[in-house]
Amino acid sequence: MSQVALTTRGKKKAFRRPQGGKQKKASIPWGSPSVYLIATVLIAICIMPVLYIILGGFRSNSQITTDPSGLPNPWVFSNYTEVLTAGTFWTQFGNSMISAILTTVGCVALALAASYVIARYEFRGRNAMFSLFAAGLMFPLTVAITPLYILIRTLGLTNSLAGIILPQIAFALPMTVIILVPFLRAIPKEIEEAAAIDGSGRVGFFFRMVLPLSMPGVMTTGILAFIGAWNNYMLPLFILSDPDKYTLPLGVQAFASQHSVDTAAVLAFTSLSMLPALLFFSIFERRIVGGLTGAVKG
Amino acid sequence: MTTTTTEARAGATTAPARAGRPNRARTDWLKRAEIILLAGPAIVMFVGFVIFPVFMAAYYGFFRWRGFGPPTDFIGLQNYVTILTDGLFLSALQHNAFIVVMSLVLQGPIAIGFALLLNQQVKGRSIIRVLIFVPYVIAEVIVGTGWGLMLQTTGAVNDFLGKIGLEGLQQDWIANPKIAIWTLMVIISWKYIGFAVILMLAGMQGIPDELYEAAAVDGASYWQIQRSITLPLLGPTIRIWAFLSIIGSLQLFDLVYIIWGQYVADTAGTSTMATYMVREGRLTGNYGYGNAVAVVIFLISLVIALTYQRFVLRRDTDGALTEKPGKETT
Repeated sequence: MSQVALTTRGKKKAFRRPQGGKQKKASIPWGSPSVYLIATVLIAICIMPVLYIILGGFRSNSQITTDPSGLPNPWVFSNYTEVLTAGTFWTQFGNSMISAILTTVGCVALALAASYVIARYEFRGRNAMFSLFAAGLMFPLTVAITPLYILIRTLGLTNSLAGIILPQIAFALPMTVIILVPFLRAIPKEIEEAAAIDGSGRVGFFFRMVLPLSMPGVMTTGILAFIGAWNNYMLPLFILSDPDKYTLPLGVQAFASQHSVDTAAVLAFTSLSMLPALLFFSIFERRIVGGLTGAVKG
Repeated sequence: MTTTTTEARAGATTAPARAGRPNRARTDWLKRAEIILLAGPAIVMFVGFVIFPVFMAAYYGFFRWRGFGPPTDFIGLQNYVTILTDGLFLSALQHNAFIVVMSLVLQGPIAIGFALLLNQQVKGRSIIRVLIFVPYVIAEVIVGTGWGLMLQTTGAVNDFLGKIGLEGLQQDWIANPKIAIWTLMVIISWKYIGFAVILMLAGMQGIPDELYEAAAVDGASYWQIQRSITLPLLGPTIRIWAFLSIIGSLQLFDLVYIIWGQYVADTAGTSTMATYMVREGRLTGNYGYGNAVAVVIFLISLVIALTYQRFVLRRDTDGALTEKPGKETT
């Protein structure tokens, strides 16, 4: 529930971010060199392990054994081509995609409807409704996982993607609602009235005004839900037991234990499975970082 | 779904504007139907898959139960007595406490320092921001697998230390119980520091420029400005970050489970309450016991969170949660 303060403050900035960012950008002087030195060191620490995984996939096992921290020499592409031509990776990639996309769509759709009610309807119990979702942040997956597994088993959904998608949607709801409500609430009443006077139908208002105006929030929450689902480990670990149903995190672990002597292949498999989330993130980075905090100027 | 319901919403929110129309009662009824239709699905999902399981855990926790058929072997608080007297759980609890404290102590200052650095006029700030956020976006499994390989005794880290002439620092990073938990701390910090930096940076950029200009006019030095303007005004952000960090540390599971496996965590001294729960509950099939452990984790987190809210976060969230919905806040 702590995010509330953060995002409500973000809300005020959300609609005037564009000009705020531009002004500054025009003339940034270079500043002190020590700043760049420290920044470089910290960044190196941040991305070195990632580079190790990606580059390690381009080496042979004997290269890795004789010189664990070296660079590929010569570059070996067979690890990657072998992973990409074997069916396992693509099956698990597909499962991860289905899980992440359906979780994102389901979560954003449900949360948008609920947030719309909380933000723009006057009724008793709407504070309680918001608090209910806010309290959800106190119920992390770790605590619920054992009974959740039993619930999923009772519903007959073990070993099916539905069995991880439904809980993923439910657990992503609190954060999504908490971020979306301020966005929806910030749309001025006048716009709504003006739209009504102009004869724009209710449907038109929702799709032409509400949706575009809350797009930053929708994008942010959608990306967070996608990455959360893509990376989820504990839930699939409990629910999925058939390797054909595995998502990539489980697949990585299974692959790593099956090929424990073939380090190069493990590294190739690992780096291929992180690429989608990394790509997705770098495309939408501005949205996540901007929307998450509301106040970050580019 | 939205098509029909938003259409139906016609009278509802503009009710004030059309007050006095004869079909007022009908609009009220419509409005109620819309609220149920729009918010209902989310609430059903949320209560069904988030709230309900936690209550079921509390119920199952009173039974000796292997997870098949309805639980019948009621044993009262026996599970809880076992948990709280089990040395393995108590040491896991200690590890969690250590991780909570060290996460705050290590990540807080580094994140604030880095955010201060980036809050200056730096070229390429957006690229730097992306790069430090990368570890946060990568799955725990990948972080665990990658670091696990790098930290093997014959792995890249030791090899690199040898290359730069620091053979003396080579260690068995993962299995040595004296340093394993520190290894874990480094990996955790590496993974989550980006998130902290982004939060801090956002907090700093929310501080009005006028304050800095005024201080500069008064002749304050850079460090004076940071100490008496930035840090105090960053208070709410720091407190929120600390809250998220504490809760996350108490629930830590993935990284430990992946790197230290199911059993090594105990001997290496990195087990957490969550890995204990999975090991004793799920892997041995004692579901009643596992649920009781979940309840203990939940209660510990809840007490800490409520205490924190009561004494630390109160002033920050006061307006946010109790805010009257109709009131304009901007």
